[in-house]
Amino acid sequence: MLGKKILGLNKKDTRFLLIVIALTLLTPVLLQPFAEGSELAQFNGGYPDLMQKIAIFGIFAVGFNILFGLTGYLSFGHAAFLGVGSYAAVWMMKLLTMNVIPAILLAMVVSGLFAAAIGFVSLRRSGIYFSILTLAFAQMSYKMAYSVLTPLTNGETGLQLSLDDPRVLDRAIEGSSLPVTNIFGLAMNASHKVEVLGRVFTFNVGYYFCAVIAVIAFYVAIRLFRSPFGMMLRAVKSNQQRMTYTGLDPKPYTLAAFVISGMYAGLAGGLLAAMDPLAGADRMLWTASGEVVIMTILGGAGTLMGPVLGAGVIKYLENIFSKINESVLHSWFHWLPDGIEDVVIWVFARFTGEGWHLTLGVTFMLVVTFLPGGLVEGLKRLSKRIREGKTKRDKYDGSDPEHHPAPTKRVAGE
Amino acid sequence: MGILEVKGVGKRFGGLQALGDVNLSIEENTVHAIIGPNGAGKSTLLNCLVGKLIPDEGSVTFAGTSVLGRKPHEINQLGISRVFQTPEIFGDLTVMENMMIPCFAKRDGAFRMHAIENMEQETGLIEKASTMLQDLGMYEKRDMIASSMSRGDKRRLEIAMCLVQEPKLLLLDEPTAGMARADTNNTIALLKQIKEERDITIAIIEHDMHVVFSLADRITVLAQGTPLVEDTPDNIKGHPKVKEAYLGETQQV
Repeated sequence: MLGKKILGLNKKDTRFLLIVIALTLLTPVLLQPFAEGSELAQFNGGYPDLMQKIAIFGIFAVGFNILFGLTGYLSFGHAAFLGVGSYAAVWMMKLLTMNVIPAILLAMVVSGLFAAAIGFVSLRRSGIYFSILTLAFAQMSYKMAYSVLTPLTNGETGLQLSLDDPRVLDRAIEGSSLPVTNIFGLAMNASHKVEVLGRVFTFNVGYYFCAVIAVIAFYVAIRLFRSPFGMMLRAVKSNQQRMTYTGLDPKPYTLAAFVISGMYAGLAGGLLAAMDPLAGADRMLWTASGEVVIMTILGGAGTLMGPVLGAGVIKYLENIFSKINESVLHSWFHWLPDGIEDVVIWVFARFTGEGWHLTLGVTFMLVVTFLPGGLVEGLKRLSKRIREGKTKRDKYDGSDPEHHPAPTKRVAGE
Repeated sequence: MGILEVKGVGKRFGGLQALGDVNLSIEENTVHAIIGPNGAGKSTLLNCLVGKLIPDEGSVTFAGTSVLGRKPHEINQLGISRVFQTPEIFGDLTVMENMMIPCFAKRDGAFRMHAIENMEQETGLIEKASTMLQDLGMYEKRDMIASSMSRGDKRRLEIAMCLVQEPKLLLLDEPTAGMARADTNNTIALLKQIKEERDITIAIIEHDMHVVFSLADRITVLAQGTPLVEDTPDNIKGHPKVKEAYLGETQQV
């Protein structure tokens, strides 16, 4: 039938989702382009820990983008929900079962409730005041996790599994060592390695579990973006005054967006615990909140794919660049004359290893300056350039940004 | 009994009496203009009607219900739509989306969690929005980003957004402020068309006498926060009190 929809998506979105699914499933191969033992092998990102993080932080950023990208409310405290999700998930593993499904469900419920409470207060203000309020709440949560809430969070040690946890459902099968997280008996840390053409591909249960959840989360985000609700959220960003005078109450819309994005964060936190069953207050620190902001903006706020891209790039940089230390640099540049080698290594060392944040900072600065729409805009420009041919005519050809300026945020006022 | 009844409304900002003892009755299906020199309290009065300001005294009832203490979105849901001095539209959204939002507001009320439904399934509302755009001659522009249109078109869109909600009362706050003569005349023609084709009450606040006299059935002249006279346009034209308010007191020689 013409115009029939698959899963409620139109043709373009369906194709988009299929591409995302394909990329997600093939990540263990795509991120492993270099042969084992070669010079470039350390740029391979196809190991479970990194891939899981990319998927999990992808979910976190997609959720954050529902709030920030659509409504324009910049939360600076989203890591609080990530942390709460982790704690909730670990508690579920301590009390009930090591199966991750109940754990991530509880993580979402608890973080959703927490988001409703924080959102209810914070959303009374907008703009910078909203950001500061969310930041304050997140920092409060962080401090409380270290102090008064120690019975719940186990303070600085962090919440961990122990052998004398009740674990009601797993009692019978428990051995003398700490149990591992699993999904109906399939251990999260189980991996299958395949060697092809000198490359070792690791297919890990944990990654594929995260990947399936991430695809579902992404699908829900597409539906939400295309729904009337998504349009209302964009209306909130565009002009709240018109919205109220059109008979709509922006508050419940923003609160719903806040809670949904809080639940995404909780889901991500739950998954972090599902991959590695411990939770610490560090996950709530303001730098963690800042990270998701950077991911979203780097990838492209308000776009569907942007946050995932941003999360991927940042997690890749964090894990790969931080591993390049001076001795690695030395092995790269050993062919240079001594004096010059020292200088080159000194310069590169600032950007790698401990200094990977500098690389991130420079990347972020370049993207924000030259590609305000984030990496997604870069990809769009690139594909356009390829499609229209490389011949650059004058600037009046084709689209003319000067005369069709991108819509700017309007401050409503009378 | 008019559709909008304002009785003894007063509003004070610190030491300034912005409105004092305002009585006003707007009859159903008429165009009622409120005019007055700068600082007469026109905008304050309008803000009291739409819930932006709460008057210190007096009452405002719309179709028998008091609007005082209600939030702007609740007042809109009662059937009052407002057009602003500078067009307030959703600039980042397309023209069609701009039209769909009031359609949803009219059908679903102030809030509805319709996160899983698809926009394209709302054929009834799309139909309604398209018809309205066609009526106002904007259908060709439906896929444009609203902020990229001319000011006249933005105004037209804003009016379309209000009309698609089928309000009982349409409030216009200086709809032609800052417009060129041609745009002003277009807007007058549009409002005339609306007045003739629909069952709608229009209250218009205006500076421009040309606009007022070509549209209004009745005119209230506001000066220093109180209504001076209320009459038909013909009688207002030569009224000495109006001249006095606008041009200053006549000097007795």
